[in-house]
Amino acid sequence: MATLLIRGGRVVDPSQGIDRIDDVLVRDGQVVAVGLAGAQPIGKADETIEATGLVVTPGLVDMHVHLREPGREEDETIETGTQAALAGGFTSVACIPNTEPPIDTQAAVEFIHQKAARADTCNVFVVACVSRGREGKELAEIGQLVEAGAVAFSDDGAPVYDAELMRRAFEYCRMFDKPILAHEEVLELSRGGVMHEGLVSLVLGLGGMPAAAEEVLIGRDIALADVTGGRLHAMHVSTGGGVALIREAKRRGIRVTAEACPHHFTLTDESLRGFDSNFKMSPPLRTAADVEAIIEGLVDGTIDCIATDHAPHAREKKMLELDRAPFGILGLETAVGLSVTRLVNSGRIGWPRLVEAMSTLPAKILGINRGTLRPGSVADITLIDPNLSWTVDVNSFRSKSVNSPFHGWTLQGRAVATIVGGRVKYRLG
Amino acid sequence: MSTAAIAHETVPSHWQHRHLLDLERLTSDEIRTLLDTATLLKEATDGCRRKLAVLNGTTIVTLFFEASTRTKTSFALAARRLGADVVDFSASSSSLSKGESFIDTAKNLEAMGIDAVVVRHQTPGTPHLLAQHLSVGVINAGDGPHEHPTQGLLDIFTIKERLGDLSGITVGLVGDIAHSRTARSNLWGLMKLGAKVILCGPPTLVSDRWRELGVEVSHDLDAIVPRCDVLNLLRIQFERQNTRPFPSVREYAHLYAMTRDRLKRAKRDLLILAPGPINRGVEVTAEVADCPQSLILGQVANGLAVRMAVLWLTCGPRAAARTGGESSSSATRIY
Repeated sequence: MATLLIRGGRVVDPSQGIDRIDDVLVRDGQVVAVGLAGAQPIGKADETIEATGLVVTPGLVDMHVHLREPGREEDETIETGTQAALAGGFTSVACIPNTEPPIDTQAAVEFIHQKAARADTCNVFVVACVSRGREGKELAEIGQLVEAGAVAFSDDGAPVYDAELMRRAFEYCRMFDKPILAHEEVLELSRGGVMHEGLVSLVLGLGGMPAAAEEVLIGRDIALADVTGGRLHAMHVSTGGGVALIREAKRRGIRVTAEACPHHFTLTDESLRGFDSNFKMSPPLRTAADVEAIIEGLVDGTIDCIATDHAPHAREKKMLELDRAPFGILGLETAVGLSVTRLVNSGRIGWPRLVEAMSTLPAKILGINRGTLRPGSVADITLIDPNLSWTVDVNSFRSKSVNSPFHGWTLQGRAVATIVGGRVKYRLG
Repeated sequence: MSTAAIAHETVPSHWQHRHLLDLERLTSDEIRTLLDTATLLKEATDGCRRKLAVLNGTTIVTLFFEASTRTKTSFALAARRLGADVVDFSASSSSLSKGESFIDTAKNLEAMGIDAVVVRHQTPGTPHLLAQHLSVGVINAGDGPHEHPTQGLLDIFTIKERLGDLSGITVGLVGDIAHSRTARSNLWGLMKLGAKVILCGPPTLVSDRWRELGVEVSHDLDAIVPRCDVLNLLRIQFERQNTRPFPSVREYAHLYAMTRDRLKRAKRDLLILAPGPINRGVEVTAEVADCPQSLILGQVANGLAVRMAVLWLTCGPRAAARTGGESSSSATRIY
């Protein structure tokens, strides 16, 4: 019986209301206990990790990751993407099905599971398509996809455009208690756009994507979730108006959850002044007022969780004119640093809220048995040095791509060890 | 000023730019330097008709990814007037149509030993991207709806020739501001030189957000015409619009075309510019386009002077360095 003792760290587990200096004992891939009362005495573990000065959390969960495999292995593979996840402190990722072909069959789900098992890195949970072929015309075989292990449904990359199809999807998924992860964008309003529509896009002459493009569809889907009783999860919320709509929907008791990405609470549309395609993503970087609204949403819980929308693109694809370069940036290896720097060390939220947003709640939304250090739970654990100051270097990333706008940034806070199923899968340095 | 009097002019030492990417990031002094240099060169070349040798040995490539007749010809002529060799690189016939990225194409050109590239592209920021990736000079000849700095400079040069100082004058930029690079370059240049700018057109083409920069926005041409010293009529860029921003050309012309009736209510010495190619009957009626107040053709001639100034300022120091680097070198002189 292999045992692992994580000694003397600040254990933060919102699922049990724990935030104290304590030890965590793991045996055979499961958490035995936080605190050693009644457990094996100190000193007899097979392996001990000194965690003094570190924050010990249930393994981080990123519910919005593009692993690109199958079909775009030049950008990322399940192997490289999950390695990047481990280096970023994530023990679980949910992969989005806008691959080629899209993940809309049991066989495709099985392919992901097999590839993930072979990689033997972090857990990969599969999000499957809402619509067959991601074409937005008819429902994918959602029941069979659930049987194959799909944890949620999404046509991300694009919205589910047909309002009736979205309504049916909400109704049908309710039967399995699965959420629909929705990319909210009215395409006619953002057509030809490469950045947020505002003064900066006006001055640069770049096509704009107005905040209303996101807010209109969030509004529609809240109404549909209301009428169906289905579960809406709004992906990558980027506008103050979107936060307000979700806050109001939650107040009314509608089943809505939401995520925000680190770049949306860190950068603004001013970043586009250098015309660098590493600042081009959808939804786009918004204004300082939107950034503040996203942070307020995270503070008061309107925005449940932080997800990265990790979107790798091979270097040559991003090195194009701004309108031809694809949308999206890397996220896995900078998420902890940005969140700790922007939210925790700046005093906006405490560690328990951060861990809730990066582990407890994404696990809960996906309905996966993770995000907790309760006795008997799977021993997925992340150790974070909250004060480690480090400089982002895309050339040291484990991701296959380098499209991060944060290259050269100095951040505080970094995962120093990532433990999956009781095994140390990543250690910094 | 006689030709002899400027025989020993060299590139002003306070001009530090190898590129001309936009007017937004130039200082008012730098814009004045460009305009003064254009005046100097116009005189030294007897109204842009004589040749100089200040850029002998310099190779300039015109790299146009968008159709252009006047701007490309004007740049090529300006370069030749200064003694430079000009190579035209036609984007449609190049390996770009075989899928090569434009940065690779430009790097190949650079490897051939050129000194500067004059680039036009449909995407904002493309010249800026080239300037980051290449070691040669980059001159923006229009990047999508972003900027067209030499067009802005020549409009301002033309106004300045007629009115002298720009501070305190009122300039109306009328029409498709949303898609006009000329409008943006004019806006920055005029503001930096102290002119008052009014942007005028329907709200679908003239965002109220421009007010955040301190310019006036009007949707009523009749209201602003009497106040303007200069009107710059910008072309409706049908090709850049997703959906038509007004119900019909007829209605647009009714509200925003410069007609003889509107001209009657203007100041008597109103100057009318149109960077063209104009749509007669849309932005301006034929009778106004051809009236004595119109400077539409004069602008084309001044384009040469402004582009000579830009090429000399950006490429001159490099040309001088090649011929020995002495400031007295004949290659750097205007003579």
